[in-house]
Amino acid sequence: MEFKVRLFATLRKDRGREMMVELGEEWTARAVIDQLKIDEKDVAILMINGRDGLLDTKLIEGDIVSIFPPVGGG
Amino acid sequence: MYGYQGKVLRIDLSKGVSKVEDLNLEEAKKFIGGRGLGTKLFVDEVSPSVDALSPENKILFATGPLTGTPTPTGGRYMVVTKSPLTGTIASSNSGGYWGAELKFSGYDVIIVEGRSEKPVYVMIEDDQVEIRDAAHVWGKVVSETTETLLKEVPEKSRVLTIGPAGEKLSNMAAVMNDVSRAAGRSGVGAVMGSKNLKAITVRGTNKVAIANEEALKAVVKDCNAKIRENGVTGQGLPTYGTAVLVNIINEGGVFPTNNFQLSQFSEAEDTSGELLAEKYLTKKDPCYRCPIACGRYCKVDDIEGGGPEYETIWAFGGDCGVSDMPSIIKSNFWCNEYGLDTISTGATIAAAMELYQKGFIKDEDLDGLSLDFGDSDAVVEWTKRIGQRAGFGDKMAEGSYRLADSYGVPELSMSVKKQELPAYDPRAIQGQGLQYATSNRGGCHVRGYLISPEILGLPEKLDRFTIEGKAAWVKIFQDFTAFIDSSGLCLFTSFAMGAGDYAAMTNAVIGTEWTADDVLLAGERIWNLERVFNLDAGVDPSQDTLPKRLLEDPIAEGPSKGNVARLSELLPEYYELRGWSTDGIPTQERKGLLKI
Repeated sequence: MEFKVRLFATLRKDRGREMMVELGEEWTARAVIDQLKIDEKDVAILMINGRDGLLDTKLIEGDIVSIFPPVGGG
Repeated sequence: MYGYQGKVLRIDLSKGVSKVEDLNLEEAKKFIGGRGLGTKLFVDEVSPSVDALSPENKILFATGPLTGTPTPTGGRYMVVTKSPLTGTIASSNSGGYWGAELKFSGYDVIIVEGRSEKPVYVMIEDDQVEIRDAAHVWGKVVSETTETLLKEVPEKSRVLTIGPAGEKLSNMAAVMNDVSRAAGRSGVGAVMGSKNLKAITVRGTNKVAIANEEALKAVVKDCNAKIRENGVTGQGLPTYGTAVLVNIINEGGVFPTNNFQLSQFSEAEDTSGELLAEKYLTKKDPCYRCPIACGRYCKVDDIEGGGPEYETIWAFGGDCGVSDMPSIIKSNFWCNEYGLDTISTGATIAAAMELYQKGFIKDEDLDGLSLDFGDSDAVVEWTKRIGQRAGFGDKMAEGSYRLADSYGVPELSMSVKKQELPAYDPRAIQGQGLQYATSNRGGCHVRGYLISPEILGLPEKLDRFTIEGKAAWVKIFQDFTAFIDSSGLCLFTSFAMGAGDYAAMTNAVIGTEWTADDVLLAGERIWNLERVFNLDAGVDPSQDTLPKRLLEDPIAEGPSKGNVARLSELLPEYYELRGWSTDGIPTQERKGLLKI
């Protein structure tokens, strides 16, 4: 199954900003970051369809995964 | 005396004289400095019922005990006065270099009172204070005023000034320093304008005495390491500035769009921090002794200057339906030149756009200029007209509440206590909604930045849609922030540092033995002092609320769909935690406990 993934800030470097990621048996954001070679410590905010998600939350068909490194401001 | 210079400079513009008074050190320690001490000095001298733009109002420029010390970001000052926009206490904070220079000139606080008959500026060089004619810079924009004054004041002086917006008494006029740093909110620039005070230049050669140099060295080293190692202050803010928030806040469906009619902007990526860094950033623009350096300096066409910040990008971008970054940079530039608060200016244009969309504002009012959402060129032009108070811009310069109210629909102003809300839809972040409603200066995110736990996960991640425990988080964030705002440090340090760190730095500088609890208690004292002033000024607890839309109309689409701000469930718990009566009044017992 393919999932849409959106990356932000420094995570875009050498990876791009939006992509489809093909997952095998494990449908989780952890499998996404493994495949994109993103270190877990660089994942500060994880959203699934714009809502708070966890690395091990089970994805379902059509889910969009958004991953942010540590950022902030205001 | 350590940490404080021990002197207050009082300038009476009506009489054209100045004098130096001793700082009451006991009181200074009780209210810390900056926002807290400034408010204490203000409320002791000024009636809460004062007309904000009358000579009887006063305006204070207050440093903190850490201003001008080697502490990280130790260069902040606070402008304290009664706000013409909200009728509440106003305290607007700014960075840059002016605050530290004021401290070096030998004063902790400047109190300006009365009203000059003609435009003047104040030149300060250590103990030399002169009130000088300002006719030649009156009417001039901020950069030109700064350049002109720098040629006629002592070398290495720093310039604080208002632009034409402050002179013309706009409710959204800022006080500017170092050209592009702003004490932006609550119309403090108009109070300077009402006194015919164009600028204050400072130059100083005094040091700030430190109680325990060795201890300070150790704690500064420790805090700098924390700032460096923290992902937000060590990587995110230095690389992208605050603008990096555009995509995060939008991705979660928290990004107010078209005057809060939507909560997600389909073109946000075109206004992102990533794009700003890639295409428009020319350099970083750090403040005094800041290891974070979030300040940006951007260029587009023939325009180059400080900013834009996240809130500014939102106000002139998504809130107005605009996805054109060059025009956002231009609007920001003109705000700095005219001396305007970018949040209130952009949000007022957005409110005017909705008033036009709904047929309240007519074409014949607009001198041929569009008020359609998404018209980026028109937004830049409206910004200038607000700064000049030209045509319909004159009416907009009063702020969105008064504008919408003049058409009988004040609910279309997205404001609290008449001050425009910033860039987070409170329907999608329950703690922030309570914070907006109870902020002592009206619609504001930096009286308690609940975005930190509710979105960014700092210091821990909270579910942004729930209300459980949020009242307690709001109280702690508000109290903690009140201390930081009083210390002379930048609020952004709190992404990396806790109350114990601020206590340790303050202890090393002024020789106290405060704990983290003392930090929060001082913050609570300051919060209540502001609250009591507001109540006495007639801003009653019925104004602890949010615009009707945010309380009643669920978000229509996007990740936060279906939510409203659940304020009525949160407010009673918040009052109780504050030790106030059920109708929001600080009790005698609480005031006694806090010694106010």
